[in-house]
Amino acid sequence: MDTQNISPLRLLLKAAVLFVGLNLLFAALNPLPALGQLSLYNSLLPGRQRLPYGDDPQRSYNLNLYSVEAMFASHVLAGAPKPADEFRVFVIGDSSVWGFLLENKDTLTAALNAAHLHSADGRRAVFYNLGHPTISLTKDLMILDEAMQYQPDLILWPTTLEAFPWDKQLASPLVQNNPQRVSALVATYKLPSAVDPLATIYGAPLSNLSLIRQRRNLADLLRLQLYGFAWAATGIDVHIPDEYERHAVDLAADENYGSLQPPLQPSQLAFEVLAAGQQRAGDVPVLIINEPIFVGHGANSDLRYNSFYPRWAYDDYRSLLAAEADAQGWHYIDLWQAADNDEFTNTPIHLTPQGTLLLAYELLQTLSTQFDLNP
Amino acid sequence: MTLQQIFVFAALGLLAGRAYGRISRPWLLFAASALAVFWLQPAALVRGFDFWLPAASLGLAALVWALTLPAGASLTREDKLAAAALAVGGLLLAATRYLPTVLLTASRPPQVELVAALAAALALLAWLAGRFGRGRAAVLGAATLAVLAILVALKAEPLARGLNAGLRSLSGQDPSLATAFDLNWLGFSYIAFRLVHALRDRAAGRLAHYGLRDFVTYIVFFPALAAGPIERVERFVPQLHERFLLGAAELQAAGQRLVTGLFMKFVLADVLAYFALNPALGAQTTSTLWMWVLLVAYAWRIFFDFAGYTHIAIGLGLLFGIRLPENFARPYSQPNLTAFWNSWHITLAQWFRAYFFNPLTRYLRTHKWPVWAVVLVGQVSTMALIGLWHGVTLNFLIWGLWHGVGLFVHSQFAAARKGAPAPARWQHVLSVLGTFIYVALGWVWFVLPQQAQALHVLRVLFGLG
Repeated sequence: MDTQNISPLRLLLKAAVLFVGLNLLFAALNPLPALGQLSLYNSLLPGRQRLPYGDDPQRSYNLNLYSVEAMFASHVLAGAPKPADEFRVFVIGDSSVWGFLLENKDTLTAALNAAHLHSADGRRAVFYNLGHPTISLTKDLMILDEAMQYQPDLILWPTTLEAFPWDKQLASPLVQNNPQRVSALVATYKLPSAVDPLATIYGAPLSNLSLIRQRRNLADLLRLQLYGFAWAATGIDVHIPDEYERHAVDLAADENYGSLQPPLQPSQLAFEVLAAGQQRAGDVPVLIINEPIFVGHGANSDLRYNSFYPRWAYDDYRSLLAAEADAQGWHYIDLWQAADNDEFTNTPIHLTPQGTLLLAYELLQTLSTQFDLNP
Repeated sequence: MTLQQIFVFAALGLLAGRAYGRISRPWLLFAASALAVFWLQPAALVRGFDFWLPAASLGLAALVWALTLPAGASLTREDKLAAAALAVGGLLLAATRYLPTVLLTASRPPQVELVAALAAALALLAWLAGRFGRGRAAVLGAATLAVLAILVALKAEPLARGLNAGLRSLSGQDPSLATAFDLNWLGFSYIAFRLVHALRDRAAGRLAHYGLRDFVTYIVFFPALAAGPIERVERFVPQLHERFLLGAAELQAAGQRLVTGLFMKFVLADVLAYFALNPALGAQTTSTLWMWVLLVAYAWRIFFDFAGYTHIAIGLGLLFGIRLPENFARPYSQPNLTAFWNSWHITLAQWFRAYFFNPLTRYLRTHKWPVWAVVLVGQVSTMALIGLWHGVTLNFLIWGLWHGVGLFVHSQFAAARKGAPAPARWQHVLSVLGTFIYVALGWVWFVLPQQAQALHVLRVLFGLG
C-alpha cells in the first residue's frame, strides 16, 4: 500500500458504516438488561447494603442509575441463596427508608437488624433495605416486583401521602427509564393508564435502544462496578455534608396540595398500586406503614403540617388509607407521629439517626404483635 | 489534551499529510504549534492570563533563541518572517476580543494596544539580547537561572500564591482571593527544560545554529507541550527538514500509537481513577488489603495516564513526520530501581543526568570524593530535584529522597554482586515484585499532599493503622 491508496473520504465512509452498524446491532440485541446482571458485587466486592443511589458519586462512591437488574445485582441480597435459618424481611419505600443523610449503620433496616429478632419458628429475622430515594408507589411496586425472586417472608412498606397522587406515579426517573417493566405491571395488575409510561410522554422506547442513546446507561453500569472498589475500601455509600439546609419550620400560608381540592377522594390516590403490591406479594404478608412526618408549630402551622402537606390533605389521606386498609384487610400501621419534631433533617420525612431509632422502636412492637417477631 | 483536541490535531495531520507537496511542513508545524499553545492553555483565574501565559511561552522561546544565536549569525529572511508571524499572529489573536465569541483562547484576550506594546518591548528585548547578550556565559547563566526561577515560583505554593496575588492586583482583581493554582501555565515544566537545555548547550558550545521558526516549533511543539517527552533540539529540528509524506506505513504507525495512547489514558487510567489512592480515599480506608488495592490502582493509573499521553504525543508527532523519543519502556517489569528509572519518564531522567547529575559527579570526582559518596550525593540530590520539579513541597521531596536512597542502595548492592551469576527466574520475579512495591510505596508521598496523610496510609498499609 502506498500514499495514493489512502482516501480520507473512504476512511470516513467506513467509519460511518461501522458506527451505524454497531448502533443497529446494539439496538437489536438490547444487551443492557443482561449486562446489568454482570456484577463484581457479592464476589470480588461486597454487596451493597442498600440500592445504588448518589447525587455526588465522587464523594459517596455511589450513583443513580436506571438498570433495576444492576441495582439488585449490586445489593447484598443477590449475594447468596436464602439460608434456611433466615426469616427474610424486605423494607421498600422512599428516601426515608433508603436513609437519606444517614450512614448505613443508622438506617431503619440497621436499627431493626440490631434488635436481633427471631420468628416464631426460630429463624433469625434479617431486614434488607430496598428503599430508593424517589417517592412513588409505582416505583415501589416495580422494586417489589423485582425483589420477589429473593423469597421474602415479610414486606414492610413505609410510605407517605406524597407517593399516592396519580400524577406522582411516573415522576420517578427510575420509573420513566423502565417503561417496559412498568407497563408489564400495569397490564398484569390492570392499573390505570395514568401509570403506564408507554402510554405517556415517556413512550417510544424502542427508538431509544441504540448504543448512542444508551451510552449513558451503559457507562452507568460500568461506573457502578468501579465505585464498588471505593465503597468496599471505605464502607461509604452516602455523602453527608457537614451542613445542609434544614426543612422549613415556618410555613407558607398556602393550603394547596398539587391540583387536588378538599376533600380528598379515594379515587385521587393510587390505592390500586398498593393493592397491586399486595397481589404481587401473594402469600407474603405486607405491612403498610404511614411513615413519620414533621408536624410544624411555626408560622401558618394551623394551615399546614409542614412544607409537604396542608393539614386538610394529610388528614384526609390518613383517614382514607386507614379505611382502605381496613376494607381490604391489609396489615397497616400509622406511625405518623413516631418521631419527635427535632429528629427531622432536610425534609419533613427524613429522620436523624435518633428519629430512626424511635420509628424502629414503634415498629418493633407491631412486628411483635402482628408477626410474632421477637428478640 | 482533551479528546476533542486530540481528534482535531489528528485530523490536521491527516489532511496536511497529503498536502506537503503544496505546503511547507516546517511552517505548518510552526503555525500550528504557536496557535495550539493558546488553544491548549486552560482558563486562568487571573484576568487575561490564558492569553499572556502562552504568549510568554512564545516570547521566552524567542528570547532564548536570540541569546543562543552563534556569534556572527545574522537574521535570515526566514527568521524575520517568523518574528513577524509571531507578532502579527499575536495581534490578530488579540483582535478576536472584538468577535462575539472567543475563538482560540479560554477567555477574551486583552486589549490589542497592550499586546502591541508588549510585543514591541519583547522585540526590543530580543534585539538587545541578540546584540549584547548573545553567547556570553554570564548572560546565559542568568537566563538559565531566570527560567528556573519562574519554574520555582510556579511550583512553590507560597511563591505562587504571592505571584498570583501580585498579578491579580495588576489586573484589578482582589488579591486576597489568590491561590497557588490561579495560573496553570500549560507545559511550562517542559518548556523550561527545553529552554535550559538550549541555554546550557549554547554555553558549552554544543548548540548548532537554528532558525527562529524551527527553534520556537521545538520549544512549543504541540503534541509534546502538555506532558512531554522532552526532546533534544539537535534531534528534533533536522526532522522538520526531512522529506515527509504521510503514507500507509506512517499512518499505521501513528494510528497504533494513538489508539494505544487513547486506550491507556481514556480507558485504563480513567477507569483506575475511580479507586486509585487519593487524599479522600486514603483518609477513609482502614483496611490494609484495600489500602494496597488503592495504592496498586494508583501506581497503574499514573503509569497509564502518563504513558498514554506519551503514546498520543508520539502518535501525533508521527502524523506530522516527527519521531518523538520514547518516555516509557515497561517500567513496572524492571528488576531494580536503576532499571526502573531507565524506563520511567526516560527523557526527564536523561535531562537531569545531562544537566545535573553528570556535572555534579564530575565536580565531586575532581575534588577527590570517595566513589560511594559521589554516587550517594549525586543520586540523592538528583532524585530530590526530580521530586521538587513536580512541586516544591515536602512530600515531593520525600518522594525524591525515597528514590534517591533506593538508587544508592541498589548501586552499592549491584557493585557488591559484580561477577555473581545471573539471578534465577524466581529471583528475577521477586526482584520485579520488590521493585514495584518499593516504587508503589513511594507513590504514597507523591499522591498525598500532607505528611500526616501519607503516614496514616503507610501505617494502614503495614497493618499499623
